[in-house]
Amino acid sequence: MISVIDLQLWQMIAAYVFVLVLMLITKLKGIPREKEILIASVRMTIQLILTGYILVYLFDAPSPLYTILILMIMEIFSVYNIIKRTKTAISPKLKQIIAFSMIIGTVSCLLFFLLVVIQISPWYDPQYFIPIAGMLIGNSMTGISLGVNRLVDGMQKQKYLVEGALMLGATPRTAAKQIVDDAFDSAILPTINSMVGMGIVFLPGMMTGQILSGISPITAIEYQIAVMLGILGSVTLTVILFVQLGYKTFFNEQQQLKI
Amino acid sequence: MFSLNNVRFNNILDIKHLKIPSNKVTCIVGESGSGKSTLLRLLNNLISCDSGEISFNDRPLSTINSVELRRTIVMLPQQPVIFPGTVKDNLLIGLKFAEKPLVDEEKLRQILRMVSLSKELYEDSDKLSGGEKQRLALARVILLDPEVFLLDEPSSALDEETERIIVEMLVAYTKDTNKTLIMVTHSKKVAKDYSDNIIEINQGKVVNYTEDQV
Repeated sequence: MISVIDLQLWQMIAAYVFVLVLMLITKLKGIPREKEILIASVRMTIQLILTGYILVYLFDAPSPLYTILILMIMEIFSVYNIIKRTKTAISPKLKQIIAFSMIIGTVSCLLFFLLVVIQISPWYDPQYFIPIAGMLIGNSMTGISLGVNRLVDGMQKQKYLVEGALMLGATPRTAAKQIVDDAFDSAILPTINSMVGMGIVFLPGMMTGQILSGISPITAIEYQIAVMLGILGSVTLTVILFVQLGYKTFFNEQQQLKI
Repeated sequence: MFSLNNVRFNNILDIKHLKIPSNKVTCIVGESGSGKSTLLRLLNNLISCDSGEISFNDRPLSTINSVELRRTIVMLPQQPVIFPGTVKDNLLIGLKFAEKPLVDEEKLRQILRMVSLSKELYEDSDKLSGGEKQRLALARVILLDPEVFLLDEPSSALDEETERIIVEMLVAYTKDTNKTLIMVTHSKKVAKDYSDNIIEINQGKVVNYTEDQV
């Protein structure tokens, strides 16, 4: 395989020319976004450098404890992020369901992927565990986030249709079915769309990274296909759990609509 | 049939004692905002009272499965709920919701004739006028063939002549099929002319209860 070009410090700094050019353009065009661009660039740099050092440390001394700790941090951050990104206020019960769906959906897919598909050993090998957990959790987070907004919005805007269905003798499940289906669709569509365009419209980040680091494109593609299927499974499972449990929070035990 | 004891709901409704008999036509009248619609929603168990008890056939509503209850006591809201799709879709969706066997197109046309709605089954229901939507929603409820009808101003969007035809049809249908009709109406004349019992509500309280008008 071709050798990898190790980036020197000055080469990395040279890449910041893009940021300078962008800031110059926005300044000339009078678009007041220089501050945001600068903050985003600095944050990205610091976060990635820190992550790099943490990963080096974890890879050098693999420990189940650290791996689980990192997984927990990722899960907590993702749940916090989903709740923060919801446009309207949501009930504590729905928040619990978001956390439950995220954890059960991603952890079960992650374990299946690592132990059955890739068969890593030891099971906590951070080199595989952490990046794959990151991809599954990140994509599931985006999926649930879309699903939460669509479900809450649908239940509020179509309240009269749901209640109209209840009056005609529908069960809450039937009354909310259209909204639940819409929420599910909107949550998994980005993943489906990205699968359709993959390899033609764009090369996915993970595969690009592996190819750049000298791995054969065939190996990179094998991993990418497996990871993509893992992501699809994880997004689908988390979203199904969320919508199927989530709609119930809008009804009480008397099968009355609570909003 | 229905029996209410010391029923309170927010500051909207406060009913000490009320009995609504079966196999009769009962009209609920009163000013707007007096709590008429809230009473119907309570009877349909779409909302629960804060205190007191509502019973249906001597069983408290809280002990009856709400879905089963709403299949026996079907409610028609004041604003007709029209689902996306055709007239036929809107008629059949009620049967699907209530998990009842579907019927053929001839039966659907017959129901449309009952409510004086001369529309094709495949017409887009979104294009119907307010009064037509109201009759379509009413036809859907009749198709469900429930034991009790809870109708919230089923003729409010209709002209006087159509209103008379619809109410007469409803009353005759209820009597012929031995069903119970509980209807909120803004028209005291309709109540007087067609009902067996009239419940008058004012500021959440039953102020008048007249039995056996006919």
